[in-house]
Amino acid sequence: MIPEILTFGDKGFGDELLRGAQFTLFIAASAYIIGIMLGLLGASAKLYGGLVSRGIAAVYTTIVRSVPEVVLILILYFFGTRGINTLLGLVGFGPIEVNGTLAAILVLGVVQGAYHTEVFRAAIQAVPVGQIEAGKAFGMGGLQLFRRVTGPAMLPNAIPGLSNLWLVVIKDTALVAVVGNYELLSTTASAAAFTKRYMLFFLTTGLIYLIITLISSYFIGILERRYRRGQTSLA
Amino acid sequence: MVSKSPATTAADQPEAVVVKDLHKNFGPLEVLKGVSMTARVGDVVSIIGASGSGKSTFLRCINFLEMPTSGRIIVNGEEVRLKPGRNNDAVPVDMRQVERIRTRLGMVFQSFNLWAHMTVLENVIEAPVHVLKVPRKEAIERAEGLLQKVGLYEKRDQYPAFLSGGQQQRAAIARALCIEPRVMLFDEPTSALDPELVGEVLKVIRSLAEEGRTMLLVTHEMKFARDVSSHVIYLHKGMVEEEGAPAQVFGNPKSERCKQFVSGIH
Repeated sequence: MIPEILTFGDKGFGDELLRGAQFTLFIAASAYIIGIMLGLLGASAKLYGGLVSRGIAAVYTTIVRSVPEVVLILILYFFGTRGINTLLGLVGFGPIEVNGTLAAILVLGVVQGAYHTEVFRAAIQAVPVGQIEAGKAFGMGGLQLFRRVTGPAMLPNAIPGLSNLWLVVIKDTALVAVVGNYELLSTTASAAAFTKRYMLFFLTTGLIYLIITLISSYFIGILERRYRRGQTSLA
Repeated sequence: MVSKSPATTAADQPEAVVVKDLHKNFGPLEVLKGVSMTARVGDVVSIIGASGSGKSTFLRCINFLEMPTSGRIIVNGEEVRLKPGRNNDAVPVDMRQVERIRTRLGMVFQSFNLWAHMTVLENVIEAPVHVLKVPRKEAIERAEGLLQKVGLYEKRDQYPAFLSGGQQQRAAIARALCIEPRVMLFDEPTSALDPELVGEVLKVIRSLAEEGRTMLLVTHEMKFARDVSSHVIYLHKGMVEEEGAPAQVFGNPKSERCKQFVSGIH
């Protein structure tokens, strides 16, 4: 049976852990969506942009992908906070407290965006030119061409990379504990420290991460089959 | 309307596509050196020539999949406004105009280029529904009629990857017809096909010629070109070396090169 210490209610930490897991998923999903948007922007800048936008995208992906995430999180969080307050000070407002959760989501989103950029860039480049040319030949252009042809045609190429990034962002939420968020890991650490039952709590938390991953993989599989339905399989 | 057999040119018909002095460079390579052409409504113009003669480039310039270096292109009396761009090619003043003109030209590619993520039917109704804003129901009816005509009605819910090359190309022809184009453009429609699949595609193209559709056809199928065309253009090194009625180009060419080129087909 489940030990009392993990049950829901006053005596156990079950509800705290569940709340931590919910918070982890919330941060992860929000950061992931920001990452996808930044990634689409970055990929189009790299593939279709002029000199300036290509340059900005290259600097962005190079720096973000080469600095350890935890360092980036600390830098962006503290510099971001200080920068915002300096700017506010210049226009005559007092310092504000930056919401830790919002900061975590934005920082993880920016980190994810760099990887999403590369996933989308490669996926778009793998779309046969003829598919895009056919779109143009039938009068499509700009966003419509992307929405109707390039986008759906690149998705099967992108899904493996996108699913990797989803699993990565779930685990990266553990890093934002350093800037004071009560997601799954920091909740676990507090509970473990409070009860001295380290092994029990960390094993439980590991198990929760595993369950999240397994459920994600199930849905990713469905997505992948759906978007590959026009392709013959290798086997 | 004048009813006409495909092998005659109707000089009194309006001009469908006019190309004047078309030049196209790829870097230092001059692929087209001033090609002109007039196709009237109901014409079937075949463009023949050896590999590298510029015939595909010529066709692709007409719907601006390649940007011409210079020259004028007039589709249905509407001239595409061009201005000088980077790397010496002309660029359209208004991309919207080009997109609008493209919807009047039904393009069939050598490598079919059906959209892999859509079923055959979805491929065929895509441009009518999403570009031309034809009501979906109407587009489906039109598409099903066309698929029947090219013999693919039963395959309408299949994805292109599961069809043979000949079936894919027939689906691509139905897709091009479904936008009700003023002119059909065929860019070597049978060159990527296994020999035994060429016939089924040519049969469909022939039936379109017999309906009196305006068509520009780049092809290596000489016999076919001779049979269906009203006008044949022989390109050599980016220039029109010989042109005229098929009987003349194939039967009695003035150019020695053209004579050699067509000599193999009798």
